[in-house]
Amino acid sequence: MLELRYRGSCPGPGEAVSPPPREGEAAGGDHETESTSDKETDIDDRYGDLDSRTDSDIPEIPASSDRTPEILKKALSGLSSRWKNWWIRGILTLTMISLFFLIIYMGSFMLMLLVLGIQVKCFHEIITIGYRVYHSYDLPWFRTLSWYFLLCVNYFFYGETVADYFATFVQREEQLQFLIRYHRFISFALYLAGFCMFVLSLVKKHYRLQFYMFAWTHVTLLITVTQSHLVIQNLFEGMIWFLVPISSVICNDITAYLFGFFFGRTPLIKLSPKKTWEGFIGGFFSTVVFGFIAAYVLSKYQYFVCPVEYRSDVNSFVTECEPSELFQLQTYSLPPFLKAVLRQERVSLYPFQIHSIALSTFASLIGPFGGFFASGFKRAFKIKDFANTIPGHGGIMDRFDCQYLMATFVHVYITSFIRGPNPSKVLQQLLVLQPEQQLNIYKTLKTHLIEKGILQPALKV
Amino acid sequence: MTELRQRVAHEPDAPPEDKESESEAKVDGETASDSESRAESAPLPVSADDTPEVLNRALSNLSSRWKNWWVRGILTLAMIAFFFIIIYLGPMVLMIIVMCVQIKCFHEIITIGYNVYHSYDLPWFRTLSWYFLLCVNYFFYGETVTDYFFTLVQREEPLRILSKYHRFISFTLYLIGFCMFVLSLVKKHYRLQFYMFGWTHVTLLIVVTQSHLVIHNLFEGMIWFIVPISCVICNDIMAYMFGFFFGRTPLIKLSPKKTWEGFIGGFFATVVFGLLLSYVMSGYRCFVCPVEYNNDTNSFTVDCEPSDLFRLQEYNIPGVIQSVIGWKTVRMYPFQIHSIALSTFASLIGPFGGFFASGFKRAFKIKDFANTIPGHGGIMDRFDCQYLMATFVNVYIASFIRGPNPSKLIQQFLTLRPDQQLHIFNTLRSHLIDKGMLTSATEDE
Repeated sequence: MLELRYRGSCPGPGEAVSPPPREGEAAGGDHETESTSDKETDIDDRYGDLDSRTDSDIPEIPASSDRTPEILKKALSGLSSRWKNWWIRGILTLTMISLFFLIIYMGSFMLMLLVLGIQVKCFHEIITIGYRVYHSYDLPWFRTLSWYFLLCVNYFFYGETVADYFATFVQREEQLQFLIRYHRFISFALYLAGFCMFVLSLVKKHYRLQFYMFAWTHVTLLITVTQSHLVIQNLFEGMIWFLVPISSVICNDITAYLFGFFFGRTPLIKLSPKKTWEGFIGGFFSTVVFGFIAAYVLSKYQYFVCPVEYRSDVNSFVTECEPSELFQLQTYSLPPFLKAVLRQERVSLYPFQIHSIALSTFASLIGPFGGFFASGFKRAFKIKDFANTIPGHGGIMDRFDCQYLMATFVHVYITSFIRGPNPSKVLQQLLVLQPEQQLNIYKTLKTHLIEKGILQPALKV
Repeated sequence: MTELRQRVAHEPDAPPEDKESESEAKVDGETASDSESRAESAPLPVSADDTPEVLNRALSNLSSRWKNWWVRGILTLAMIAFFFIIIYLGPMVLMIIVMCVQIKCFHEIITIGYNVYHSYDLPWFRTLSWYFLLCVNYFFYGETVTDYFFTLVQREEPLRILSKYHRFISFTLYLIGFCMFVLSLVKKHYRLQFYMFGWTHVTLLIVVTQSHLVIHNLFEGMIWFIVPISCVICNDIMAYMFGFFFGRTPLIKLSPKKTWEGFIGGFFATVVFGLLLSYVMSGYRCFVCPVEYNNDTNSFTVDCEPSDLFRLQEYNIPGVIQSVIGWKTVRMYPFQIHSIALSTFASLIGPFGGFFASGFKRAFKIKDFANTIPGHGGIMDRFDCQYLMATFVNVYIASFIRGPNPSKLIQQFLTLRPDQQLHIFNTLRSHLIDKGMLTSATEDE
């Protein structure tokens, strides 16, 4: 049992987890007292106790060591500890924002890779927490199975996306055609192989642990992988649908913090004692204004506004199109009370700015619930941060916790209010049908188009 | 605690309020040592005998072992007869039965979670679990209804709005549940609450998605519902029989009663059974035709021209079997070939679902999921091998049998913008011309 515990507390393969050896002893201490009081030798039951004990009985995992780079430490060695922390957080914030701008400049493909990288890192962080909670580091097969399931689900989702957006590219290659046609079957077979391996790997003394880790993996996949794929779907809709929501959430984080810092008095929720109502409301208003302005600035450029398409001739992604009505300036008459305030009869806006108000509202009002969920999770498992990747900020998950719900919301918003189904997907499905069915559909469509006047019956081009 | 255990054993269907009031006192006074001793103690006692009085009296003079056999046998026949009745009653009743089975399975698994975590009186938790079940069901049923009841939905104005913004409404409902969960987090019970949240979601993932795939299969044609389920049941029974009579080599440590002889015997028996059953069923329209909703009669109809899959065709028997059977050709339905694939999956991979459930029961030290069916355990015990089958059949149909639904495609097409519609129309046209289905001269045919 001692060995299992030590292995669990040793640093994992990634640099993210770095609990010092004393952590193992602290956790071990708890188990020592446990083992003297219970006579049972079954490991399962001990883990059962882990579940049913109230939170106060579980010892805290000590704070992770300081990982600030040496340079920063030397530069800030003169300041007091509190200001030093502020400066580190500030510098890292600016670094992350510039990195974000750089990647936007580099284009959609790099953004896709970035999203994939973040997803893998988030998955790794949550799974590592699971290992530490359950001390299950050397369960047979388990790490392999978790990563295998991640691969399967990613394969499934990316296959669906690739088939939609790269239709022309795919039609050319014979093997890809086969993979696309039977994609669901292949993905299911891969998943099944993992499922059967899991069943075969069940070991007598560790049933409960293994089921817990199985469930933990699946819930993590549900959260991280589906969100990241919705993000990529939003991205393909137009980079503005990716940038404005994410920026709104980041802006809400920062402005709520600032408002709370300067004006904060009434606490918001017991889960996160640092949040205040003043911060919440101030953040809401500033985010709406910020979203409004960001939408105005970005709507001008085709680069941000056009759906991302893959052109087979140039073999790269292009964002060139005729901007849709959403991104063309329109004049709106102001309602009377605003007229009095702004002293203008009409105003020129992009329709997208109205949508951005909805997005910013969601980011400020509901987005924080994602943050509270993550705070509750950290308290439940007595961890201070998800990992220690970013000095001063914690892990990647700490930065992205408010984004969880945003990606799903934007996706649902787009499918419900903005556009209908994806035309290339409809085309792809049409091409897969039986020839007789295609002919029938062709006739129906033709009648419909002629009725609507979109197709001239006289023209036989 | 003994009270809680016994109550669970005696009255699985008792109203939850009873259990809650009993266990409240226990959970509040919980300390580390309490929970240890509870977890340490023997597994939950064997469920009390729930056999109806009638059976008890009739079998009172037999020995205990044979009595158990008889009870199981009678209940098996009762369930199979019930199954036939439901099939006779039609697709609507089948849908309702599937939904009830789903709700019962969900209830059983959630109850196990409560017992494991002693979390019966967590604030809000039971409400939230059932609320999430409702949300996910609303989402899935809405998607199904929109697909299959398209004309009905277009007629009624409120339904049309509900279906147009369906995803948004479902997402909003789910979000409300999520926010309620976050607001309900209580200081001393964070971990428990997160565990139950995770438990609920995994249960929903397993139970609700499977039941909706079953309903999709059902709409494809009742034969796609009946043959897979019957194959799994047949495999269960055949493997048991073969194991009983010939069983010697154990199959897997998880389930010591399973044997290789049972496994292989069950495989062959199931394949043969599947072939015979599909032959019988492919002859009837009511099994073979996709279920459709008829606007005029406002009911479900199964009336159509059977597809190629369900028309007898001649196959040449390969040489090796020719010498055995003595026939040159055989008349079969193409569907029977597919049924071999379905039966094979049911016998080879289906049991893994059973092993998964066995492992789960061992992990949480329970003998049966619940005590609903005398002699058999809970509904989940009967349906554990079906888990993977429904998904497999759905994926199989989508990959090998039919392509996308043409009427759904037309419906999606009509919502596109005119320039997109024109683009797709022209691409389809050139594709058809390429294939020779359409020639430019006969354009207005």
